Amino acid sequence: MDTNINTFEQLYDICLSLNKKIYEIAQEKMAQEADTTVEQVRAFANRSLFAMKEAIDSGMQSKELSLSGMCGQDCYKMHRRYEKESAMFGDLFQNIVMYALATSEENIRMGTIVACPTAGSCGILPSVLIAVSRKYNYSEKDQLDALITAGEIGRIISVKVALAGAVAGCQAECGVASAMSAAALCQLRGGTVSQILNASALALKNLLGLSCDPVAGLVEVPCVKRNPFLAVHSVTAVELALSGVESKIPIDEVVDAMAQTGALMSPMLKESSKAGLATTKTGLAIKNRVFGN
Amino acid sequence: MKKSTLFDIISPVMAGPSSSHTAGAVRLGLLARNIYKKTPKKVIFKLYNSYAQTGKGHGTDKGLLAGILGLNVADRRIKNIFESDIAKSIDYKFEYYDDFNRHPNSVDIEIFDDTNMSISGDSVGAGEILITRINEFHVSLSGNYNTLILVYRDRPGVISAVTSFLQDENINIASLDCDRNAKGQDASMIICVDGHLNPDIVEKIEAQKEIYWVTYVEKLES
Repeated sequence: MDTNINTFEQLYDICLSLNKKIYEIAQEKMAQEADTTVEQVRAFANRSLFAMKEAIDSGMQSKELSLSGMCGQDCYKMHRRYEKESAMFGDLFQNIVMYALATSEENIRMGTIVACPTAGSCGILPSVLIAVSRKYNYSEKDQLDALITAGEIGRIISVKVALAGAVAGCQAECGVASAMSAAALCQLRGGTVSQILNASALALKNLLGLSCDPVAGLVEVPCVKRNPFLAVHSVTAVELALSGVESKIPIDEVVDAMAQTGALMSPMLKESSKAGLATTKTGLAIKNRVFGN
Repeated sequence: MKKSTLFDIISPVMAGPSSSHTAGAVRLGLLARNIYKKTPKKVIFKLYNSYAQTGKGHGTDKGLLAGILGLNVADRRIKNIFESDIAKSIDYKFEYYDDFNRHPNSVDIEIFDDTNMSISGDSVGAGEILITRINEFHVSLSGNYNTLILVYRDRPGVISAVTSFLQDENINIASLDCDRNAKGQDASMIICVDGHLNPDIVEKIEAQKEIYWVTYVEKLES
């Protein structure tokens, strides 16, 4: 494997010709690049996986507010309700939503999280990966395979688009996190290479143009609650893909569209907090309360 | 732009909430510490633009201080660094400025001790940073490589003398940047290397008569 993999088409062809899964190709390439072993690559991924579980578990226990005081108790509110009644779609749905909130709330109270791919989108992939793994007792090997698969999806997207709200809006942060989450879940559920790429394409395609307009310039509103929404979004993509539904636009072209959309989006909507939710009457009032004029 | 690897996408493990405003701030402080080599008695952090305006809500101030004190981005002490015992050994202060000539996420780290030092840097996104100035010298230091920094008198042959020391030890140079005040006056050299430098080389280079100051800055953990 001497060629660089810069597109999903290349990844697909290599997987097919070598009869390997995405995570196998990804971990071998990474080992080669970093002049290390596949075992070391998986040990690195395992540190992230462990930190994701720790973030969920401590987030589930906390109701501490963020530095600004805007957020930090949404997971706690759900906890209290679920003590009395179950979620409409069962305990797995309940846990995905709560884990995503728990992780994002850990992030804004300066707890330890894993940027995946970014800190603002840190709750999306772990919530789905860990909740589903706990429900169906997936092994640590299965979880690592899924995480590495997701990482490779994010890496190839990042070849064309910088994964930063300031560059391409929230589609490049939470959007990519949702596509990665879809890839992880599809791998976990035994999806083929083609199904994994379709799941990612479907998740990403439905988030194109998502703006990054955080209130007071903080990673809180709307970021914290966007994490559970886009975690659930990725599950929809996987249910479709595992049923054989394909993205009519191939994933490489979806990424091209995302790069173009990001470039066309006004800088006012790309992490500058100069428009959108940030400049609503209430958004500005919160900003004044947190930082003064 | 440096291409992202699989590792970049599924890491770092870090104290939240922001890779640029929190993890980047820790790394700026930490790299400044790696340059200065010890905890200084006193430090003034001058925060610019977005770092000044939204830094408090992101813990940028805590991150910078934690970094200067030698903590890495995942350290659980960052959150309560102002109340921690290790912060009692240092006198610190934060100042806030607007300056549109500066990067949106920018800081000056003014160090006061037996030797004073002034270091500027930017948080350029996704936790990546760049130290742009050490005292009066423009530099470009990412913390991604082990780096040798030299201040010397601008004379013919100094660069070749230094690089031949590295060659003798079979050290490969990844990049080399030079800057100077004026012809024949003070100059700086920033050499990024692959692998590790033996401390003897630093002493050998420091013994050269045209060289005023040498320091070896180890790369930051990814």
